[in-house]
Amino acid sequence: MNNAQLRDEVIRISGVNPSKCMGCGKCSATCPAYDEMEFHPHQFVSMIKNGDLAPLLKSDSLFRCLSCFACVERCPRGVEPAKLIEAVRLQVIREKGANHLKPESVPAMVDEDLPGQLLVTAFRKYAK
Amino acid sequence: MQVNGEFKPLIVAFCCNWCSYAGADLAGNNRLNYPAEVKIIRVPCSCRVNPTFILRAFQRGADGVILCGCHPGDCHYTSGNYYTRRRMAMLFSMLDYLGIERERTRVEWVSAAEGAKFAATMNDFVAQVTALGENKRLEDLRCKK
Amino acid sequence: MQRIGVFVCWCGSNIAGTVDVKAVAEALSHEPGVVFSTDYQYMCSQAGQDMIKASVAEHHLTGIVVCSCSPRMHEATFRKTATAAGLNPYMVEIANIREQCSWVHKDMPIGTEKAIILGKAAVAKVHLNAPLTPGESPVTKRALVIGGGIAGIQTALDIADAGFKVDIVEKKPTIGGKMAQLDKTFPTLDCAACILTPKMVDVAQHENVRIFSYSEVSEVKGFVGNFDVTIKKHARFVKEDLCTGCGACVDKCPMKKVPNEFNLGMDNRPAIYIPFAQAVPKVATIDPAHCNMLKNGKCGLCARVCTAGAIDYTQQDEYVQEKYGAIVVATGFNPISMDKFDEFAYNQSKDVITSLEFERLTNAAGPTAGKLLRPSDGAHPHTLVFVQCVGSRCTACAEKGKEYCSKICCMYTAKHAMLVRDKYPDVDVYVFYIDVRTPGKNFDEFYRRAVEEYGVKYIKGTVGKVVPENGVLKVQASDLLNNKQLHIDADMVVLAAAIEPDRSARPLATMLTASMDTNDFFTEAHPKLRPVESPTAGVFLSGACQGPKDIPETVSQAGAAASKVIGLLAKDKLMGNPCVASSNEAMCNGCSSCANVCPYGAITYEDKEFRMPDRTVALRRVAKVNPAVCQGCGCCTVACPSGAMDLNGFKNDQILAEVDAICK
Repeated sequence: MNNAQLRDEVIRISGVNPSKCMGCGKCSATCPAYDEMEFHPHQFVSMIKNGDLAPLLKSDSLFRCLSCFACVERCPRGVEPAKLIEAVRLQVIREKGANHLKPESVPAMVDEDLPGQLLVTAFRKYAK
Repeated sequence: MQVNGEFKPLIVAFCCNWCSYAGADLAGNNRLNYPAEVKIIRVPCSCRVNPTFILRAFQRGADGVILCGCHPGDCHYTSGNYYTRRRMAMLFSMLDYLGIERERTRVEWVSAAEGAKFAATMNDFVAQVTALGENKRLEDLRCKK
Repeated sequence: MQRIGVFVCWCGSNIAGTVDVKAVAEALSHEPGVVFSTDYQYMCSQAGQDMIKASVAEHHLTGIVVCSCSPRMHEATFRKTATAAGLNPYMVEIANIREQCSWVHKDMPIGTEKAIILGKAAVAKVHLNAPLTPGESPVTKRALVIGGGIAGIQTALDIADAGFKVDIVEKKPTIGGKMAQLDKTFPTLDCAACILTPKMVDVAQHENVRIFSYSEVSEVKGFVGNFDVTIKKHARFVKEDLCTGCGACVDKCPMKKVPNEFNLGMDNRPAIYIPFAQAVPKVATIDPAHCNMLKNGKCGLCARVCTAGAIDYTQQDEYVQEKYGAIVVATGFNPISMDKFDEFAYNQSKDVITSLEFERLTNAAGPTAGKLLRPSDGAHPHTLVFVQCVGSRCTACAEKGKEYCSKICCMYTAKHAMLVRDKYPDVDVYVFYIDVRTPGKNFDEFYRRAVEEYGVKYIKGTVGKVVPENGVLKVQASDLLNNKQLHIDADMVVLAAAIEPDRSARPLATMLTASMDTNDFFTEAHPKLRPVESPTAGVFLSGACQGPKDIPETVSQAGAAASKVIGLLAKDKLMGNPCVASSNEAMCNGCSSCANVCPYGAITYEDKEFRMPDRTVALRRVAKVNPAVCQGCGCCTVACPSGAMDLNGFKNDQILAEVDAICK
């Protein structure tokens, strides 16, 4: 897929219209994993809007996103950056093939202190 | 209507007084040509056009009917063209059901500044109806002398 | 049968160049009812008009068809000619054979053929024309202004200065509105009270102005020139005519813990109060929700200290009926609620405030006497964070924010930041912005001064969350230009809350049948050409009730609305447009379809007695169109299921006759 096709695919999967972004930066202001990321949420939106996806696909930032959806909650324009990030992540995972997290392997990993949301986000990230 | 073996459609255009009729005047002022098959009827607002007027035009042998009004949000009477839009959606779907080609009817928003758009719209609409040929399905032959 | 005269104009070569005018006149002379048909070089010239007049007399014409230029050009001319000839002006129809025929077609036979058809359509229409007379209605020479903020005050003053009576209805105990709460005004930094309070006094002392404070409009009937309005005067339990505003009662009132709405709840007031020192009218008001005497009859201290004997615990709401010729809406705005913006911790920390609260905090007459003190502990703050666009330009959630730009926030935030830096150079001021919007005279210069001269730190980005922790506000924000996430320990956070129309506007719009947009701003009759008039005749718009506005804009719109009102009240009688809808009572079944689509509220219903075929009398609900209010769009005619509603000048049978003539 070329960049434009990839962009259209990401927009289709996520159901998000990145053109709605007015560049306020509230997603990046909200993001708890900001310092962990090479590309920040507002950059994700703008790069997808511009079809500049190659650096994103290679970036570790995809997996640094906690999928906490704080940006989705706070965005004043309804852009939903986390869904865009998830769609890009999906592209990467699909290219790699196979599930990286299987339900049957979960019980062994469960730890009393582990927040439940972590499991949910882990499935979001590694099992599509 | 056949003129010298060539089909010339009969087009009735309803234009609202404030935008589209003025747009048609502007087309004239700028000498922008469009086919003489188009005959304009002036109404105060596009919402004055009763669907029966359009049916009557078809009944009397019109080949196409176009309804022009102010752009949505610009209606001189604030909301008239919104009613037009809904009424015509209803009428056109009924005409569709009756087997009248969707291309014989059209609603177009033309502002008083859009003389060029008016002429272009009429050129396009006439070409479209010409391609369809005569309206035979709704024409009431009893109305023909 | 009409006797119709057809007059075909050459318009020099404009028409005659592409249309064979003689052939048109000849063809139309054979149409039924046409008794005279001719052509002339310039029909609109004096000679042409004289010819029409002479023909009317000679041939006893009852209708005239002029085949000429667009009716938008000369319809009025030929109607005047008809009047001069003794005909009703509405017996004239124009066939547009210039703009819509000769100028757009090049071929003579084609142009001629079309001109004949257009002429035939006009003849067919004239056959069905009926003489129309515009209705007349008298004008009550008094205006009502709803809302006593700067918009209402300015409108009232301008109308009153022109010599007309004006009443202002204000729901608060004093006029002055939002501007009275402001500290300084941008971009000149002159103090709001210094320029507003003289105007408040002017309006109160003006012989042509009456002020109904602590009052609301409860009912509006009638139409342009003749509104019947009921004003509800809330009981203030103080006789307005006796109270001198000395304030003795205010000092003595034992119930002192009522949140002071004028200072937005940042301090307290007694149960009997005067909102602020320069209030107009300067009269005390008892808050019945907190007064012990009114609640349980135990107190009465204010009555004892009042030397004027103005206190009256038995006062009741009073209703005043008045007639008005015009109504001006000036209901203004309010900041939106911050309850839905949890991320800014507005409800968790007293140190997170809105900009309007900040105005009171920096105002010398405010709760801190103008000293910048942290609301939670009264300490001097060292770091201030201003957040722009809180709830403005927000499309994600309709309950939370507003999709429009509130327009005034960029400028007042620059003002606040500048004032802080001016008084307290030791305070760090951050402004988080998405865009800085400064269209306006001297606006951008003002904002740049805040940055360049006063050292306000403008950061492109926004605040994501504010967490109160150990007495400081942990602010997490983005700095988009440097691609960084910032963490600032702030002492205070000021939110530029979006503004919305006052809540009283929606029920008022229903009473006035004035239309509103989805955000509850009043819509104007035309966004460019009639910006201060409501589509409802006789209702005018002033200030922020029509859209977000700053003070200069509000004042200019207020003046514009006043001039429109003056133009209306200066008339003794209103001439209506005779091309209005009318209902055939015999056919109307009272279904309300027409009233539902009428954008002007011109249609009402009345119960009328009808003689039935069996000689009984039946009472039926039928539609009645008010010709003074109807603007003649004709929407109702199509909505009417029984065909009772028709539009004068564009009757169903007239349009159908045109259709038939064209399709023949």
